[in-house]
Amino acid sequence: MVEPAVDLTHGHPHDDHEHHGPQGWLKYLWSTDHKVIAMQYMFTGMFMAMVGGFMAYVFRMQLAFPGMNVPGFGMVSMGEYNALVTNHGTIMIFWVAMPVLLAAFGNFLIPLMVGTDDMVFPKINRLSFQVFFVSTIVILASLVVEGGGFAGAWTAYPPLSANETYNLTPLGSTLWVIGVGLEFVAFLLGGINFITTLMNSRAPGMRAFDVPLVVWMIVVASILFMLSVGPLLAGAIMLIFDQTIGTGFFNPATGGDPILWQHLFWFFGHPEVYVVLLPAMGVVIEIIATFARKKVFGYRIVIFTVVATGVLSFFVWAHHQFIAGIDPRMANIFTITTLLISVPIAELCFVYIATLYGGSIRLTTPMLWALAFVAEFLIGGVTGIFLGAAGADIYFHDTYFVLAHFHYTFFPIAIIGTYAAFTYWFPKMFGKMMDDRLGKWHFWLTIIPFNMIFIPLFVLGMGGQHRRISNYSGFSELARDGFQDIRVFATVSLLIMLLAQLIFFYNCWKTWRSGPKAGKNPWKANSLEWTTESPPPHGNWHPDEMPVVHRGPYEFSVPGREDDYWPQNEPPRRDS
Amino acid sequence: MRPIATTRAATGIATGKLAVWWVLASEVVIFGGLLASYVMFRLGHPEWADAAAVTNTYIGAFNTWVLLTSSLTAVLAHQAAEKGDGKRAAMFLYCTIFGALVFLGVKTYEWWYEISHGYTITSNGFWAFYYTAAGLHAFHVIAGAVIMAFVARDAARGRELHRVELIGIYWHFVDIVWIFLFPLLYIAK
Amino acid sequence: MGFLERLGHFFDDIGLIRIGSSYAADIDFLIVLVTLVVGVWFVAAELIFVYFIMKFRDKGDGRRADYIDGKNKRHKKWITYPHLAVLVFDVLIIVVSFNVWHKIKLDLPENPDCVIRVTGQQWAWIFQHCGADGELDTADDIYTVDELHVENDKLYHFKLEAKDVLHSFSVPVWRIKQDAIPGRSITGWFQPTLTGEFDVQCAEICGFGHTVMQGTAFVETAEEHAAWVAANTPAEAATPTADNTPSAR
Repeated sequence: MVEPAVDLTHGHPHDDHEHHGPQGWLKYLWSTDHKVIAMQYMFTGMFMAMVGGFMAYVFRMQLAFPGMNVPGFGMVSMGEYNALVTNHGTIMIFWVAMPVLLAAFGNFLIPLMVGTDDMVFPKINRLSFQVFFVSTIVILASLVVEGGGFAGAWTAYPPLSANETYNLTPLGSTLWVIGVGLEFVAFLLGGINFITTLMNSRAPGMRAFDVPLVVWMIVVASILFMLSVGPLLAGAIMLIFDQTIGTGFFNPATGGDPILWQHLFWFFGHPEVYVVLLPAMGVVIEIIATFARKKVFGYRIVIFTVVATGVLSFFVWAHHQFIAGIDPRMANIFTITTLLISVPIAELCFVYIATLYGGSIRLTTPMLWALAFVAEFLIGGVTGIFLGAAGADIYFHDTYFVLAHFHYTFFPIAIIGTYAAFTYWFPKMFGKMMDDRLGKWHFWLTIIPFNMIFIPLFVLGMGGQHRRISNYSGFSELARDGFQDIRVFATVSLLIMLLAQLIFFYNCWKTWRSGPKAGKNPWKANSLEWTTESPPPHGNWHPDEMPVVHRGPYEFSVPGREDDYWPQNEPPRRDS
Repeated sequence: MRPIATTRAATGIATGKLAVWWVLASEVVIFGGLLASYVMFRLGHPEWADAAAVTNTYIGAFNTWVLLTSSLTAVLAHQAAEKGDGKRAAMFLYCTIFGALVFLGVKTYEWWYEISHGYTITSNGFWAFYYTAAGLHAFHVIAGAVIMAFVARDAARGRELHRVELIGIYWHFVDIVWIFLFPLLYIAK
Repeated sequence: MGFLERLGHFFDDIGLIRIGSSYAADIDFLIVLVTLVVGVWFVAAELIFVYFIMKFRDKGDGRRADYIDGKNKRHKKWITYPHLAVLVFDVLIIVVSFNVWHKIKLDLPENPDCVIRVTGQQWAWIFQHCGADGELDTADDIYTVDELHVENDKLYHFKLEAKDVLHSFSVPVWRIKQDAIPGRSITGWFQPTLTGEFDVQCAEICGFGHTVMQGTAFVETAEEHAAWVAANTPAEAATPTADNTPSAR
């Protein structure tokens, strides 16, 4: 899977401004080309997705068949179960959703879409991946050190996370914090590149509102990340000190406060949802516009809504803490802000649906993924209303209802959004067309089992089943036959979904071997990345042929034009 | 050759300067989170004033003066760089680095004094915040001084003079953080 | 039972989770209300979505897509009106949610029949019952591990504490949930309305044995509970206050 990246810099006419430095595969390790870095992020992220998926397989097997010898893992002890769910969450959010959606597609798309040859700080970009790579090794190492991986949930609430006599994972929990901290640093470095590249390196003629929405969204996401992660970084320093040298920031016995961590964590944690959501939203609107052959309904509405969502997202964090012992009066304020955030998000969904109106919709594989994102994310969105209403959250907090809710947001984001983006830009990345029939099989065999996993979990949550418990047979109400059948059903659905991913890998392999060549612009889309070769050469365009922008990215089906698309760089006709 | 991306400035602001401001934005929230936590705790624990009374306000004030002076030389370095006088810019940058070293030296003495009198990071909440916040700040001072040494070396040869201003902006930020730390950790008794 | 009350018993009626406390039906009513309000929106949005996909699918007849940029008012109202409606429904949900939240978490009914102390520790629940005198921290308090004994239809206050890490006291049938924080004592209330044995779960991961941090709440009739109190009152407390038996109370 790594070979395609090789093609990015080989055998193209523009080798004259090739890097000088290490040769051979080392060249790719030390490359500063944004496309190579994008591939590095993507393949690291995909590898971590397999790790996280394997964890899901192990603990779902344990839940369906408690005490069973899970093939490929063995018996799951209570401690191992905790470590599995903790690291499944951590890895899927920080090492899959962020590197693939934000970093890989951000790196690949931003310079291509704004019509420039690279990021403005190529070396910082490379450093960003290197730090990320180290963080990956740290988090993987934390799983195998003595005592096992960190097992205090991905939220890492102290005092459990802060004291080894409580969590019994002295090395695992410290490595976990270090790994997550390094990952944050990597994304801060990357984010600076994204923001400044968009601000300063746009192609001549490209105004702010000519920028494709996905670029806007990735950059807004980077800004959100940058402005929210700081307090948690400070918190991570405090947590490491608590763990290793025995300070008492979060220890009530020495005047500390465990709730402080929750505030720091969720002040970051909630904007973080939008950090990964926005790139996926951006990917989806690009695909919908292209395959509906429609201009995006209200381009500016989308941008203003996204900014409003971003601002609001800083004022909702305590809805994760309604029953955590904060002042109950605060819950009123956060109920209001949380329900208010449903307004811009609903508006975004309306815009997406409105864009379909009057279109000429082609149901290609990427379009299916994009439409599925909207349909499934709606479920995640509306179930969030239950949890935002503090009164209902008393019951739902930390149940499987919450779990199903955020999987209905994160799965569309991290998996559906990624597959949408991957299948849509695959021709551009690797120069070949994927098999549409296999792609559709893969799509349906992922989407249907996904719903069959998580809809039953809503029922379990409504029935009062709490999260992070490895075996429910001790609870008289939860050990009911009906409930156990639901758990088995969800696990079987997961197995089907995991197996279906083999179709995707087979499709990639087959396409790589014998797929038809993709031209410059197989989807007849408008944005600048489709005006260069597939895959783009080093430097993206010949230095003398850098694109100049004449219009926005969504001029589809413009009346009076022969083509139903109008590339951003095509000069206006003299006679018009 | 330089990527074309690095030569553009669609906003009219140099890319390097934009980047430094974004770095500072992310740094502000790091210190903001730490200091906000400290202030909340401090309000809830009036007894921490006893611990705060141990800190030496005069030494803290001296260090404030040192940092402010080093910021001044950073401004002078920028001025010299604007005029294209790399040697003079480098000289002022070295002055700033000297200020940083004095600051760190005084800090070391303070910490040595406090630790040898039994006030360590694990003593209580105040000392935990004291060492963490001042330590994080000192880390920024060290990082800034190291980067500044590289910038000064280039500037002395007349290269990359625009970086003098960038490191200066960063240095002012380090200075301002201290302006917040000093009253919070030393003066508030 | 009125229609609205019936709604509050929906999840009980379908056998998913029983109503076991005085405020359980309030929470369930809120949940049903939210389900109805957002359900209508959700179904409508999905139906329109699917309808658009079907209707505007490219059928290969050469029809071109319309050029609509969504800038003029005639088009924009299709976004603004629904989103104002979302706002209105948000307000409705907020109002009902406030009511429920205030009733359960903010307003503490006075004059409880009994105060209990619930202490979470790795990995067990320790219950300190008020005993025969109805007051906490007296000699006749009854301590149990993982077993909570309460009398049906009596008002209970609880003081929730934790010894080591965060725990969360949750009895799904009562719809009660509150995190326990070391160093703090959090007061809350409940009034059981259904006799039987119910699960007590820990709802906040608390380390290795989180799974086995299971308890049982025994809700007993007045006679059963009096018998349990009598049988379990510590000997040293029972002797000097022999008159203070449940029957004399």
